[in-house]
Amino acid sequence: MEWRRRHVLGLSDFRPEEIEFVIDTARSMEEVLTRDIKKVPALRGKTVVNLFFEASTRTRTSFEMAGKRLSADVVNFSSSTSSITKGETLLDTARNIEAMKPNILVIRHPASGAPHFLSRHLSCSIVNAGDGANEHPSQGLLDLYTILKAKGKVAGLKIAIVGDILHSRVVRSDLHSLGRMGAKLWLCGPATLVPREMARTGATLTSDIREAVRDADVIIMLRIQLERQKTSYFPSLREYSRMYGLNRPLFSLAKDDAVIMHPGPINRGVELSDELADCHQSLVLDQVASGVAVRMALLYLLAGGSHAAH
Amino acid sequence: MLLIKGGRVIDPASRRDEVGHLVLVDGKVKEFLAGEAPGDFQGRVIPAEGMWVTPGLIDMHVHLREPGYEWKEDIRSGTLAAAAGGITSLACMANTRPVNDHPEVTRYIIDRARREGTVNVFPVAAVTRGLEGKEMTDFSELAEAGAVAFSDDGKPVASALLMRRALEYARPFGYLIMTHSEDPELAEGGSANEGWTALKLGIPGIPAAAEDVAIAREILLARQTGGRVHIQHVSTKMGVDLLRMAKRAGLAVTGETAPQYFTLTDAALEGYNTNAKMNPPLRGEEDRMAIHEGILDGTIDAVASDHAPHEEYVKRCEFVAAANGIIGLQTALPLTLALVAGGRVSPSRVVDLLSAGPARLLSLKGKGTLAAGADADVTVIDPEREWVFREEDVRSKSRNSPFLGWTLRGRAAATICGGHVRHSDLPGVGVDG
Repeated sequence: MEWRRRHVLGLSDFRPEEIEFVIDTARSMEEVLTRDIKKVPALRGKTVVNLFFEASTRTRTSFEMAGKRLSADVVNFSSSTSSITKGETLLDTARNIEAMKPNILVIRHPASGAPHFLSRHLSCSIVNAGDGANEHPSQGLLDLYTILKAKGKVAGLKIAIVGDILHSRVVRSDLHSLGRMGAKLWLCGPATLVPREMARTGATLTSDIREAVRDADVIIMLRIQLERQKTSYFPSLREYSRMYGLNRPLFSLAKDDAVIMHPGPINRGVELSDELADCHQSLVLDQVASGVAVRMALLYLLAGGSHAAH
Repeated sequence: MLLIKGGRVIDPASRRDEVGHLVLVDGKVKEFLAGEAPGDFQGRVIPAEGMWVTPGLIDMHVHLREPGYEWKEDIRSGTLAAAAGGITSLACMANTRPVNDHPEVTRYIIDRARREGTVNVFPVAAVTRGLEGKEMTDFSELAEAGAVAFSDDGKPVASALLMRRALEYARPFGYLIMTHSEDPELAEGGSANEGWTALKLGIPGIPAAAEDVAIAREILLARQTGGRVHIQHVSTKMGVDLLRMAKRAGLAVTGETAPQYFTLTDAALEGYNTNAKMNPPLRGEEDRMAIHEGILDGTIDAVASDHAPHEEYVKRCEFVAAANGIIGLQTALPLTLALVAGGRVSPSRVVDLLSAGPARLLSLKGKGTLAAGADADVTVIDPEREWVFREEDVRSKSRNSPFLGWTLRGRAAATICGGHVRHSDLPGVGVDG
């Protein structure tokens, strides 16, 4: 397959062959990560700028690591204040960065569509590292990668995603990556956070976590943003945890070989019990490891690599 | 003296729809002549064969942005755009800077319009001081200064109590209270219609219920007080249903919609198109069809553009950060004419929605009709003319339209205001200086 994309803005328009191609490339990248010297010269002389308008240590570090493993020069630009409060427009900020001639801009922004907007005005490649409640494509791909590695396939698996579906960009990307590969997806959470319209994605919706978890192959728990309680999406954290927290008795309803995933950071004792977070069926750290390989693959392909590395 | 010759004269207010000639003298309509055109006419002749000749269009919902935001629009550019769109009168909203909550501001607008404007400008004053929703403005003084109605448009009047008092206080004087009906709490944080598109794009939603709850409130308060209320920019199915119910109950409730709400749906937001961002937001297909029904059965009284000009950079940004609103003075007529092409709306109903209706709602004497003695405000419409709406056609200072690049059908061939030609596409008919 020939890679033609200049940007990775979201998985909504990715064809299954493209998804498989990225996964194949990530496999070669993972091989690099098993070597003694975990570095290849593929992106030597290329510059990757991490442009983060939202605090995110892990995603930024993962992209930074991915770039460095490929020998790219990686520069981090963080701004916790949004462009509006700062008085400089997003476009002006991005144009300033672009004037320094980076090859790839990795952008994280609280506004949905911010990377799409920039892609219309800039000439460098753009990778969306999470935009508002829209997409987080590298997360969608690394979740797929992690499940493939653990289960050997995705098609036909029952995958339950539990938590704040409404505000989750992870869900929107997972729906594309896992859904397009044939998973049976269940979305679960309080009705205030699981909009009925979501049924149009083909996923099954429920507010009963037992139903979601029963016979599941994979359970993806989402981080609950603590401020949602203040905006009355649910009565209290205690109630949320009682209704939608995953614990051992609930987990026993799932298949014996079921696995648990979480995009992190975990609110221990809220959405995931302490015990389950660390159990041998938890793939949380495998996701982090996969993340570097998948992001290496994306950077590599955008920088002009045409086939699974070397 | 002006003779508009050989057009199809459509004047629902005097139940006329026939081919003939219209004579304008001294800024007034003198008479309608059927049959042969007078051979010895001493004055300017405007050839209107094959065209519609209608009372000048009245846009009852416009943001002229002057005073205070003249880089977006001013009275000069706004009225030029209106004339190009066939509009001879417009009502401008109060969310200027300073807010039109004081007679001095009202008089300023009227004075500027007299000197700079090319069409008639009727200011709408605020319901509450500073649009803050707390204290009523001085209705009588504002009305005497020339305000034709009251509205906090752009912002809802959040307090039901204040709305009740305003309707009740205004009732004996017949002042019209117009409302931007929206429950601010239900709408809070939203940037697009709550529905599939917003969900897919990850944009926080504004539920239709935010508008419906507020429309229901205004109707119930109109019933309670006997006051007169006009719902601005109705965009939802339930909004139309509620309005229909209120009218059947004999309440003094009226409503307008805007062409965008019967032309587009929230699908126009795909790709985070900020030129499709407005408030109320573009809704779903079911809502769009309900607006059509409301137009057909008379539930909707008027079509107004909600012309809301914005400079480029407040639209050239992240979707949620982008300003609300689109320009509409030059597209209102062709988009409304598209309803006729659909076959279910008659030409005279279109004229009613765009001229006679608004004149009635705002009690504009001598407007919205071509009866003898009416003001010589006339729009000559070429209903078949196909044209592409391009950036260079825009007469407004701002270009924020989702309709740029659209092929539109129907256009104002000439706009005559007070007997003066303010816009003309017709060969040999120049614009008056």
